[in-house]
Amino acid sequence: MASSVDRTKGTYVMLSGNHAVSNAVRLSRVQVVSAYPITPQTPIVEKISEFVSSGELKARFIPAESEHSVLAAVSGASSVGARTFTATSRQGLMYMEEVVHWIGRGMLPMVMAVVDALIGAPPDNWTEQDSSLYQRDTGWMIFYCETNQEVFDTIIQAFRITEKMSVPVMVCLDGSYLSHTSEPVLVPDIALVDKYLPGRKDAIVADPKKPHRLFGPAMSQEFNAKLRRRTHEALETAAEFRKTADREFESIFGRSYDDIECYKTEDAETIVVAMSTVAGTSRFVVDRLRESGQKVGLVKVRMFRPFPGNRLVEALKNAKKVAVIDRNLSYGHGGILCMELKASLYNEKKRPTVFGYVAGICGVPITPELIMQIIADTNAKETPEEELIWMGIGKSEKVKAV
Amino acid sequence: MRKLKQFNTQIASEEHISPGVMACPGCGGVLAMRLILKVLGKDVIVTTCPSCNSGFAQNYTVPSVHAPFAAVASWASGIRAGLDMLGDTKTTVLAVAGDGGTFDIGIQALSAAIERNENFIFVCYDNEAYMTTGIQRSSATPLGAWTATTPVANPKGENKKRIMDIMAAHRIPYAASASIGYPEDLIYKVKRAMQIRGTRFLHVLSPCPIGWRCSQDLSVKLSRMAVESKIFPLFEIVNGLRYKVQRPQHEIPVSEYLRLQGRFSHLDAKSIDKIQHITDREWRRLLAKESTATIK
Ligand SMILES: Cc1ncc(C[n+]2csc(CCOP(=O)(O)OP(=O)(O)O)c2C)c(N)n1
Ligand SMILES: [Mg+2]
Repeated sequence: MASSVDRTKGTYVMLSGNHAVSNAVRLSRVQVVSAYPITPQTPIVEKISEFVSSGELKARFIPAESEHSVLAAVSGASSVGARTFTATSRQGLMYMEEVVHWIGRGMLPMVMAVVDALIGAPPDNWTEQDSSLYQRDTGWMIFYCETNQEVFDTIIQAFRITEKMSVPVMVCLDGSYLSHTSEPVLVPDIALVDKYLPGRKDAIVADPKKPHRLFGPAMSQEFNAKLRRRTHEALETAAEFRKTADREFESIFGRSYDDIECYKTEDAETIVVAMSTVAGTSRFVVDRLRESGQKVGLVKVRMFRPFPGNRLVEALKNAKKVAVIDRNLSYGHGGILCMELKASLYNEKKRPTVFGYVAGICGVPITPELIMQIIADTNAKETPEEELIWMGIGKSEKVKAV
Repeated sequence: MRKLKQFNTQIASEEHISPGVMACPGCGGVLAMRLILKVLGKDVIVTTCPSCNSGFAQNYTVPSVHAPFAAVASWASGIRAGLDMLGDTKTTVLAVAGDGGTFDIGIQALSAAIERNENFIFVCYDNEAYMTTGIQRSSATPLGAWTATTPVANPKGENKKRIMDIMAAHRIPYAASASIGYPEDLIYKVKRAMQIRGTRFLHVLSPCPIGWRCSQDLSVKLSRMAVESKIFPLFEIVNGLRYKVQRPQHEIPVSEYLRLQGRFSHLDAKSIDKIQHITDREWRRLLAKESTATIK
């Protein structure tokens, strides 16, 4: 098959982010899928159910009764060596939490799409990234996508990485902005995907011919601690392998992605740092401001775990100021991307001043105008007056002690 | 125990739990698992969850995967699906949980798996409390028992949850209660379960000398007495409708069973009478189910 595969083979299809996920799962020939409905993830699993029922995807779909069971079910399938996938959002991800840690720390290959939307209470469906960012300490590799093509491609790349590195991978897409918005997506010939994904070859799965105990307790403190270190280091190695996986991907599909992406940063004095669709809007703003001669640039963070701290330090080292836009909030501290970036910069002798903006939480639109306002605010001040700068979010009544 | 003749209750001498097990002396759970694993043989994948069994499963010589507490039935569903998709429809999938992992935190996943009729065997080894965490009540703890969360001044005031009724309500292909006091019967039930497709449930009473406050050498004897007193009847349910109840060859009052266990030592005559009354009533109800089982 190899040399006869034509990389131009493929069709542009109008796909929502959710259906980009479903189609990537179909082309990846996933064997076991389990999912539980939750807005805005639901169309992903409805489409996959259709694919399974029509035979377009030869898989078992397990309609489990809760997200905790969903993740356990795909874990069961993964622990015997099947290619597995699930998707969730918000409360669903929160309900899974115990199992997310279990398999992140335990290093079980699988891919999960997370459609980012807010966590209750109040239980609404608008986009924000709290729920997926809270997974940063679980041992999963985490990606944030900007476009539906990137969603599609990242899901396929995620299978390559997870099966090679035994690190579970989470692919995040913004609710509404990607999940329910259609864009043309180049859907490749399945033969190309087959070529890219050779299948699992795990050292250890549950197998009667080679009996092992997986995830059992009663190990010494020292052995346990070594396993923890291994989980951490596996993420670093997975990040290394990601580059190889991307080169392979580019040679087959002609598209390439990096951990971070620098846009017009070379001579930039002010750099916006953002993730997901916020990066897309920021790119547009950078172009507009460049037209009027402003030296601004954008760094998009695509891979959040493992955190590409060194790459970011390098990318930001010549900037005077950095404006981080966080569509999330760690209550009592601030935006999560900003905190992590600051930590990476701390030991640098020459480092830019970092302004941390929390914007667009609960789905409040992050418009080009709002981003211009953010950049203007950064440029106007020598240093930030506060660690957390609210942007586009009104003040509410002060909480009084009762 | 008529059915016994249909099956050879001889089992292999090969052990599937290696020596040096981290179970307490007299543990009924490890005895139950030893027998069950012998019947199932080598072509099996076991899922375990937090319980005393998660400790002694470290010594299983068959493959096993440890799942989060609430999720053992879901994890087993996934193992089955994964094996099927990989073309292995032969390997038996076994899920093991304690009473807590079955009656309480695991009931939701178990119920859903049975509703989907997932093709695996679920074993609940029931020691009637959360033993791993130090003898706290579960919904399987019997009426009147002391546990660390139902102190003597206020022992458990509720009846044991009737898990087999819940199984029957699911119309599960096969459910059976079994006991380490009757190994041939236990072996027969495992063998029978192996011949059926879909979800199969085995409820095995497994005395815990530490939690029951009894002598270490009484586990087998108490298992037999639980059956003889009808506190823990042995029966099978096919498709949730057809009951087969085993009549004890020798009957005893519940007081004889309760008397040997420190967890009941605070009970006065009136409380014991109440337990006797409830036990008799439930026994009659069980027999009635057996006799009405022919209704189409
Ligand atoms: C989600 C969760 N909650 C609590 C625990 C703590 N825990 C571990 S074992 C156990 C009790 C298990 O009881 P049972 O299922 O009856 O098994 P046994 O210990 O009696 O063998 C508990 C509460 C846990 N592991 N996970
Ligand atoms: Mg117990």
